[in-house]
Amino acid sequence: MSDHPTTYVPKSAFGKWFESRLPIAGLVHSSFIAFPVPRNLTYFWTFGAILAFMLVAQIVTGVFLAMYYTPNAGMAFQSVEHIMRDVNYGWLIRYLHANGASMFFVAVYVHIFRNFYYGSYKAPREVLYILGVIIFLLMMATAFMGYVLPWGQMSFWGATVITNLFSAIPLVGETIVSYLWGGYSVGNPTLNRFFSLHYLLPFMIAGVVILHIWALHVPGQNNPTGIPIKSGKDAVPFTPYATIKDIFAVVVFMIFFAYWVFYMPNYLGHADNYIPANPAVTPSHIVPEWYFLPFYAILRAIPDKLGGVIAMGSAIVIWVFMPWLDTSKVRSTAYRPLYKQFFWIFVVVCFVLGWLGSRPAEGWYVIASQICTAYYFAHFLIILPVLGFVERPLPLPNSILESVMGVQKGGAGIPAGANAEPHSKG
Amino acid sequence: MAETTTHVAEPTRRDFLYIATGAAAVVGGATLVWPFVQSLAPDAATVAAGAPVEVDLTPIAEGQIVKVFWRGKLIFIRHRTAEEIKAAEDVNVASLRDPQADSARVKPGKAQWLIVYGNCTHLGCVPLGQQGEYHGWFCPCHGSIFDTSGRVRGGPAPINLPIPPYTFASDTKIVIGQEATA
Repeated sequence: MSDHPTTYVPKSAFGKWFESRLPIAGLVHSSFIAFPVPRNLTYFWTFGAILAFMLVAQIVTGVFLAMYYTPNAGMAFQSVEHIMRDVNYGWLIRYLHANGASMFFVAVYVHIFRNFYYGSYKAPREVLYILGVIIFLLMMATAFMGYVLPWGQMSFWGATVITNLFSAIPLVGETIVSYLWGGYSVGNPTLNRFFSLHYLLPFMIAGVVILHIWALHVPGQNNPTGIPIKSGKDAVPFTPYATIKDIFAVVVFMIFFAYWVFYMPNYLGHADNYIPANPAVTPSHIVPEWYFLPFYAILRAIPDKLGGVIAMGSAIVIWVFMPWLDTSKVRSTAYRPLYKQFFWIFVVVCFVLGWLGSRPAEGWYVIASQICTAYYFAHFLIILPVLGFVERPLPLPNSILESVMGVQKGGAGIPAGANAEPHSKG
Repeated sequence: MAETTTHVAEPTRRDFLYIATGAAAVVGGATLVWPFVQSLAPDAATVAAGAPVEVDLTPIAEGQIVKVFWRGKLIFIRHRTAEEIKAAEDVNVASLRDPQADSARVKPGKAQWLIVYGNCTHLGCVPLGQQGEYHGWFCPCHGSIFDTSGRVRGGPAPINLPIPPYTFASDTKIVIGQEATA
């Protein structure tokens, strides 16, 4: 945005009059039409657009649900059933919203791991990346509070277990928890404030998303080679190339989304949540939604209550330090043969942690969780810093164009690292 | 003093006004946060609803466990049999994970009445009564085992089921939420 002096010239007299008073058309033109996009982007780079679509979809379906939902402990469950049975297309709007949360997390995990693989977090995109971590934390809070609103058994007991995590904080823990609850246990005041915050947070996410996009448009997008745009031949204009590709990817993603909504709308939920909340009986097995499972496994891997809470929080906070923990000058894992193997081990460990989080915390599951948790942190604290020094990267292409079209004339790839110094696109 | 041109190093009245205004804004802003944070605390109605509750023990038969709520929290009232009391008292206290004698968990002379919070100290599930190895409680969630004194004897729970504050108003009536005033 700020980095690209607009070449936009309004054609009509009204356009000129308006642009001289609010240059918004020029901003849109330089950001989303003329903006130079690396010509070698893959479909992994469409997940930003998919996420933007999902945020809008969640806000729209949520606003309509809020017209019928009642945030009261005595009426919430009934009001959700009312939406399902009596409201015209209420079942569709609710299933879109509930499954939409899962789809949002599917997309964000692809987006995050694309960033890990291609080193998008490295200079000069650290701030862009940290804003992304903040968005992810806000998403987690929003999803958790949304899951509490139907006031079923899993809502109630999930809220009890998660809010009780704060009681692990020494000295002030119990006070903090009673301020979260607005009472002495999870109850009506808790439901009311969770509804209020569940409505607020998506708009805070939208605000941080604007900063995220702004920060993206300063250095421009990373790409599969990790080397910056050096000449006009390395790039294509955002419109039509990226626009159409993004729209196509969103449509394909919507087909995937629709499959869940229309064929297995309750598969990702828990049957227990169709039982009204009952503080006298717990479900036999309390598990969070699938997208929290790896973190839940880390929480339970530590035998100490406070230690578990600290480990779970650190598992995400450690992401913030990744630009400095990764000492390699090469961004893209495509040119890092050793790191490529460790990256895929890390992916497998994350999946295993997720699976372990869905298992009961007993027997060898606990030991496996502890091993995976140790590896998770070792990946960031040992493997990332050490690899940058011991790994010998593959030669990088001279330019994005060369990586796509092959070497044009003379000269093989230049030595590794020579192209990797951070600087803006040309 | 009418002249306002002063040496740079000399603080002026204007400097004082800047600092005073800035300080007032910071203190005022911070003060305004207070009522908003306090509004999150349990409100007066919730506090009033959390007042002590009386429970009549007469209808609770020997061997029976009754569930009551105080401040939204589940509480077990267990009328223990002589056998259950003996089992709880005959334990080697030093061998327990959270060592506590049975006599410290009941009121003197009222060993037949065990009153404990009804949420597992692991992750808050509700344990099932008269089950498990010690016939105290067994938590179906993660397998914590409690004895007839509500003390943890196995599984992941870190501590015993806690005792709520309560006092005997008479031989057959307790007041939960109120300690004896001695």
